[in-house]
Amino acid sequence: MIETRGLTKRYGETTAVDDLSFIVEPGRVTGFLGPNGSGKSTTMRMILGLDRPTAGMALVNGRPYQHLKDPLRTIGALLDAKWVHPNRSARAHLRWLAATNRIPDARIDAVLDQVGLTAVADRRAGAFSLGMAQRLGIAAALLGDPEILLFDEPVNGLDPEGIVWIRQFMKQLAGEGRTILVSSHLLPEMALTASDLLVIGRGRLITAASTTDFVESASHSTVRVGTLQIEELTGALRGAGVPVEPDPEKDFSLIVSGTNIARVGVLAADAGVVLTELSVQQGSLEDAFMHITGHDIEYTAGGSAEGSDRIPALAGAGRWTR
Amino acid sequence: MTLIAAERIKLVSTRSPWWSAGAAVLASVGMSALIAVTTAKDGQIGTVASTQLGYVLGMAVVMLMATLAVTTEYSVGTIRTTFMAVPRRGPALIAKAIVVGTLAAVIGLVAAFGAWAISLVLLPEFDLSLAGPDDWRHVAGVGLVYLIAAVIAVSVGTLVRHTAGAVSLVLVWSLMAEQLLQIIPGVGTTVGPWLPFSAAKEFLAADGSADGLLGAGPWGSIAYFALVAAGLLTVSIAVARRRDA
Repeated sequence: MIETRGLTKRYGETTAVDDLSFIVEPGRVTGFLGPNGSGKSTTMRMILGLDRPTAGMALVNGRPYQHLKDPLRTIGALLDAKWVHPNRSARAHLRWLAATNRIPDARIDAVLDQVGLTAVADRRAGAFSLGMAQRLGIAAALLGDPEILLFDEPVNGLDPEGIVWIRQFMKQLAGEGRTILVSSHLLPEMALTASDLLVIGRGRLITAASTTDFVESASHSTVRVGTLQIEELTGALRGAGVPVEPDPEKDFSLIVSGTNIARVGVLAADAGVVLTELSVQQGSLEDAFMHITGHDIEYTAGGSAEGSDRIPALAGAGRWTR
Repeated sequence: MTLIAAERIKLVSTRSPWWSAGAAVLASVGMSALIAVTTAKDGQIGTVASTQLGYVLGMAVVMLMATLAVTTEYSVGTIRTTFMAVPRRGPALIAKAIVVGTLAAVIGLVAAFGAWAISLVLLPEFDLSLAGPDDWRHVAGVGLVYLIAAVIAVSVGTLVRHTAGAVSLVLVWSLMAEQLLQIIPGVGTTVGPWLPFSAAKEFLAADGSADGLLGAGPWGSIAYFALVAAGLLTVSIAVARRRDA
């Protein structure tokens, strides 16, 4: 289990992580979702004892990372696949890592096999493609056979083949009952792999929910209804207390929210209105995400959440460099 | 011990330490050969101490190797992997200092005895036998000096983190700055005895009767050199523990 309590990190004036409290439940894949620069990596670095929190704490199985004995046996992490010496072989990289935590050498061959790098294990890691480097990073994370795994943007920059591989691999690891915290700025990616979501924006926790609940609550589905009798239909629906708006994209069409498709059909029939279209408009996952994080921007920055400037504001505002 | 094993694997699994070792030995032996040849020509007297005049060159290469052992970890990011595997940064860095220092000592011994041996061959007319403790200090002492110099380089590398900065600092300090400070009138005589690399030189070169820079003899000088290294290592560990990796 991973737990943070009031975790905060400030770099001078910039607050990267702001009073973050959450619990990552054991035995599940939890998605750590937020735009670039929202504090995901910094949070992970604090969980792993690399960065010191300005305030608050991060606990792994109830203890600060620094107090774990042979931490690789409890928690494995892939933060950056490039953190290997380019002139050292993949096997040598795993060998020194294994030595630090008294991990038997047999595990090296086991994890190399698990990620499919056995054939290239003695090649220097600098010659690896990003996909191979990512596999090596995962091998390193699995070295101590840990019950908890942390992955920071594992599919970033990978080709489709690599993405599919990582996705399946994570499902397999979760199937083995491991706790997985995986960060991403892509909600669709998370929807495929994670059962729970921690959503952050600008270093603050926006919501912690199951993926299904999050997508459902955030993407308010609407009903598009087409008719030549706009006036009558509008009147009938409003009379029944259903919010109606003109469709901005189409003439002779209305957008109905807060009800389901059947009720719209019944109300139209009762009013004797002929329909030309009746369809559900499902909001995309990105819409859901922008909807929710956009509100957060509005709330914290007091600025406008309208229009397309929402996206750069979100991507740029929380950006800091190390 | 596990940490030392890990650092040993790290050090020997890349090629640069071997290149450094070869270069350091070659530099020391080459310098010694040059000095031997000119000694013979000029009609000067060859001594055991004079066979080791080239130690500074090898020391520079060793310090370069030791600095890179740390700064490369910072530049490629393996220092973070290291601190994730070993959250107690003090022991992790001490293990690195021990491993790098040990390799430096071995390089020093090989270089020193190589330099002595080539002079022995080139200067058969002089008595270069290792007759007493002072002769042994002149030669084997190079191993000790390289070890301590490597610990200083590891500490500076940890403090500065960037390769270019750390290497410049280490080389300018050990090769130039101390000599320049000593020739400043007034200042030189005051600070001279407290310059660590001058103390190391004093330890290697002084004959048995000398009081040494600090008036404590050659062994006092090397003790001071070691004290400076230990102090720097302590400071660098304290800083590394506080800093974000």
